[in-house]
Amino acid sequence: MNDMTKIERAVEMSNMKISAKDVQVYYADNHAIKDVSVEIEDKTVTAFIGPSGCGKSTFLRCLNRMNDTIDICRVEGEILLDGEDIYDKRVDPVQLRAKVGMVFQKPNPFPKSIYDNIAYGPRIHGLAGNKAELDEIVEKSLRRGAIWDEVKDRLHAPGTGLSGGQQQRLCIARAVATEPEVLLMDEPCSALDPIATAQVEELIDELRQSYSVVIVTHSMQQAARVSQKTAFFHLGSLVEYDDTTKIFTNPEDPRTESYITGRIG
Amino acid sequence: MSAFWLLMIILALAAVGFIQGRSRALSSVHGDRRLLHSLPNYYGFNVAMLAFVPAVLVLGAWVIIQPMLISGQVSTLIPSELYEDAGQLNLIMSDVKRVADGLDVAVAQGVMSAEDVSQISTETTDVRGLLGQVGVALGSDVDPSVLKAAQEMRGKTTSGNLFMTIVVVAVAAAGFIAAMMMTRGDFRARNAVEGGVKTLLIGAASIAILTTIGIVLSLIFNTITFFGMFPASDFLFGLTWSPEGRGGSEHLGILPLLWGTIYISIVALLVAVPIGLFAAVYLSEYASRTTRAFAKPLLEVLAGIPTIVYGLFALTVVGPLLVNFFGADGLGWMQGARSVMTAGLVMGIMLIPFVSSLSDDIINAVPQAMRDGSYGLGATQSETVKQVVLPAALPGIVGAILLAASRAIGETMIVVMGAGAAARLNLNPFEAMTTVTAKIVSQLTGDSDFASPEALVAFALGMTLFLLTLGLNVLALYIVRKYREQYE
Ligand SMILES: Nc1ncnc2c1ncn2[C@@H]1O[C@H](COP(=O)(O)OP(=O)(O)O)[C@@H](O)[C@H]1O
Ligand SMILES: [Mg+2]
Repeated sequence: MNDMTKIERAVEMSNMKISAKDVQVYYADNHAIKDVSVEIEDKTVTAFIGPSGCGKSTFLRCLNRMNDTIDICRVEGEILLDGEDIYDKRVDPVQLRAKVGMVFQKPNPFPKSIYDNIAYGPRIHGLAGNKAELDEIVEKSLRRGAIWDEVKDRLHAPGTGLSGGQQQRLCIARAVATEPEVLLMDEPCSALDPIATAQVEELIDELRQSYSVVIVTHSMQQAARVSQKTAFFHLGSLVEYDDTTKIFTNPEDPRTESYITGRIG
Repeated sequence: MSAFWLLMIILALAAVGFIQGRSRALSSVHGDRRLLHSLPNYYGFNVAMLAFVPAVLVLGAWVIIQPMLISGQVSTLIPSELYEDAGQLNLIMSDVKRVADGLDVAVAQGVMSAEDVSQISTETTDVRGLLGQVGVALGSDVDPSVLKAAQEMRGKTTSGNLFMTIVVVAVAAAGFIAAMMMTRGDFRARNAVEGGVKTLLIGAASIAILTTIGIVLSLIFNTITFFGMFPASDFLFGLTWSPEGRGGSEHLGILPLLWGTIYISIVALLVAVPIGLFAAVYLSEYASRTTRAFAKPLLEVLAGIPTIVYGLFALTVVGPLLVNFFGADGLGWMQGARSVMTAGLVMGIMLIPFVSSLSDDIINAVPQAMRDGSYGLGATQSETVKQVVLPAALPGIVGAILLAASRAIGETMIVVMGAGAAARLNLNPFEAMTTVTAKIVSQLTGDSDFASPEALVAFALGMTLFLLTLGLNVLALYIVRKYREQYE
């Protein structure tokens, strides 16, 4: 009996990808994230929901230390990736970001060709030994980004010339090309039309096979459709974190219920 | 009455018009300003505008045209034996003007009365001595016909001025009255005033454009005149520049000058572009907010230093320093302090803030999202700068460099002081050379007849320079504009 519990816990432990404990974030004097603790599972889509300005993006950016690029931002607390503290002095944020990729709210392809956009990460990290391997990575990533068929004939056209939805899928493919273990997505569909949104959601569901995906979204339906776990943030605090079905059918906290039913936010 | 006082009078009339117009508008609606079409001030401005503007235009035109007309009429009084061509007539007419002005001064000082002036003649009075007394020195004795003409000129000017006063005041009054008649509650004063303001703005823009066109046309016509006297092919393809025409032959070949210009500009850009660009990358990507706030203005101070000061610096510091290393005591490549290298280095320093400040703005305009995207993929800062930020900013940076190049080509003072005046076609950068701009200066300073090819060649040189910098600027603006569209 005792052994059983132990094994179960071990399984659960190994399934934990990121575990954050008592995270505080300050922008100068503004206390933007208060005491947030959350455990993010591997091969799972986790959704962060909550009203604007509640700190979803800020917390997401803590997970790959993107906040380091903001001078006035200060992060406290402990965030473990596979059991290692990512804010440890010995950790190179650059290597961390290769493991924890990010897709932004607004599609931001580089002013380069489609091919070079995808090849950017693999080249930096030396993932390809030769041109043929690089070609292969580019094709594979574009296929996973569900955009290969649309761009295969114009790989050397500029990435900025694609439509908004195509650009966002290109950015997802670009993030996938560096073989990250975790993919962070900050409102990836907010600039997209419904068709492109559906394509991206389908893609997220596929990515779940190999990655842990964290997605910030403003759309309840989207959170319900794509995620298995949902975290609800309010005014910088994590109010509730549970299985998505639980959050959407039977939330514990009255604030979560109000937000989901459209009364706050 | 002088034009100045006349101007004061119409200004006063306009001020009165403002107050009157405003109150008339208000009283026409019995003080209820909601019934007015426009705000009360607009009615005031409308009256002031109509009283002032037409009168001032008449005044301005009169002040310019009257002296031309009068001197045209008076010049017929000068007997044609006294002069041979228009140039000499001009000289005589300026004597006439001096005598007339002298008589004015004499009257003003009370030495003569107004009647005396019209009575005196060279036989009875020593006009030269008389005018000398009141402080107007003349070069020679006054010819009777000149005195006659001067008297005539004074008379006409006096009556002309009187007439001008009457007309201008009448125009101002007419404008005033007409505007007052219009002033009623339903008059669209705002539209009238705004129409006036728009005309003013159009006028300002046209002056700028017309002046440019005028300058370009004068360049073109003088260049054509020059090519009438000197074969264009010798100018464009000549390999020597020696305007003194030693041994009777004259060489006005532009190539040595063009070569000097280009050589010095290249040296300057080789200095300014890397330093300026690296400074811009540091300032925009690496420097902390405080460093930036302190370093950027400091760098831009360089841009505020007058070029003559750079010239001094070239001549007294950089030149001797270079001679120490490359002169007779060192490598022996350099004869004197003046050389392409001296001018080029200093000009490069002058251009650094130009390149860095423009490039810094352009690099800052690259959206943060680009950088985030790169960092998010695990790129380091230098990889991000090299592979994302600089390529994105490249067209703008090229534009900035082209603008800097056109400054380098047009620069004069540093060249005069740092590079010397010898026109040479030579590859040694430690040799003194000179540029198009420096030669324009030397062709037109000193005693020169503006109708000779030696002087007119300056226009052809100017034209060449103008085309060169125009081409560069157009290219730069085209590139910069194209880049702007990319992110908007
Ligand atoms: N770069 C920044 N500098 C200063 N304050 C910021 C910055 N980014 C976010 N904030 C502040 O942090 C809080 C949380 O913002 P954010 O994480 O963007 O919210 P969300 O993504 O949930 O809409 C807000 O109060 C916002 O003003
Ligand atoms: Mg956000």
